[in-house]
Amino acid sequence: MLALFYILAALSVVSALIVVSARNPINSVIALVVCFLSIAGHYILLNAQFLAMVHVIVYTGAIMVLFLFVIMLLNLNTATEPMKSLGMRVAAVTGGGLLFITLAAAIRHGVTISATNDFDPGVGLVKTVGHVLFTEFLLPFEVSSVLFLSAIVGVVMLAKKETPSPHPLSDGEGLTPAELERRR
Amino acid sequence: MEEGIITAIRIVPLEHYILLSFLLFSIGAAGVVFRRNTIIILMCLELMFNSVNLLLTAFSAHHSDPRAQVFVFFIMLVAAAEVTVGLSILVMMKRNVDSVDVNQLNRLKG
Repeated sequence: MLALFYILAALSVVSALIVVSARNPINSVIALVVCFLSIAGHYILLNAQFLAMVHVIVYTGAIMVLFLFVIMLLNLNTATEPMKSLGMRVAAVTGGGLLFITLAAAIRHGVTISATNDFDPGVGLVKTVGHVLFTEFLLPFEVSSVLFLSAIVGVVMLAKKETPSPHPLSDGEGLTPAELERRR
Repeated sequence: MEEGIITAIRIVPLEHYILLSFLLFSIGAAGVVFRRNTIIILMCLELMFNSVNLLLTAFSAHHSDPRAQVFVFFIMLVAAAEVTVGLSILVMMKRNVDSVDVNQLNRLKG
């Protein structure tokens, strides 16, 4: 069981490194899908079945397909991205490494963590999580639908093309200079 | 096999999950600074979200408290909304300045 954990952990870390270092954005997306699937494996290992299913459906199924759609739509699948300067890249790697070392040292000499409740293996089942979600967290669950509604409205507002106003002669907004010249 | 999965929570130490989450979070944070492509920066943000989710789930299984898993569910919802807005901003940026380079977005610099 410990070996399974190590295999999944190595898979997620290596694919995360590929996400950061790949030149082609398509390779980054594929590596991120592998990373998310290995994290879903971690959830199954922790017996969080509800989260594993939601994670696979929402992240791997919806969000990564959205990323792929945008990359294909904007024709970004070329490896001609300009790199940052060498000093910036060295600073990024050093900063990330120092962040990890600091966090690891904090947990190494930090407080010991002891379980607060009695051990219950069925804590991540759909029945348990669903019961808590629909009793204790019912209001946040409903409010999140308002969040999604506002996100939909915001996305439509942002991604809409700037269309010319319905009466182009009343105001010159939305017309190219050549068109304005022609109308005069 | 089901018994094996249930006992896995007790076999794998909690520190291992904490270190794995810290490592994934550091890789994501370094990637945000490392790359110039905005879409990869968004993906690194997703990576950091997921490391936090993994840590919350590990603590939830360790403490046998289902409320943390509900929190992870809400984080996933907010992340989905955030990704849609971020990608639409990316589409608008590509349309306006014809590039996805974050160095082009320096007009707010003081």
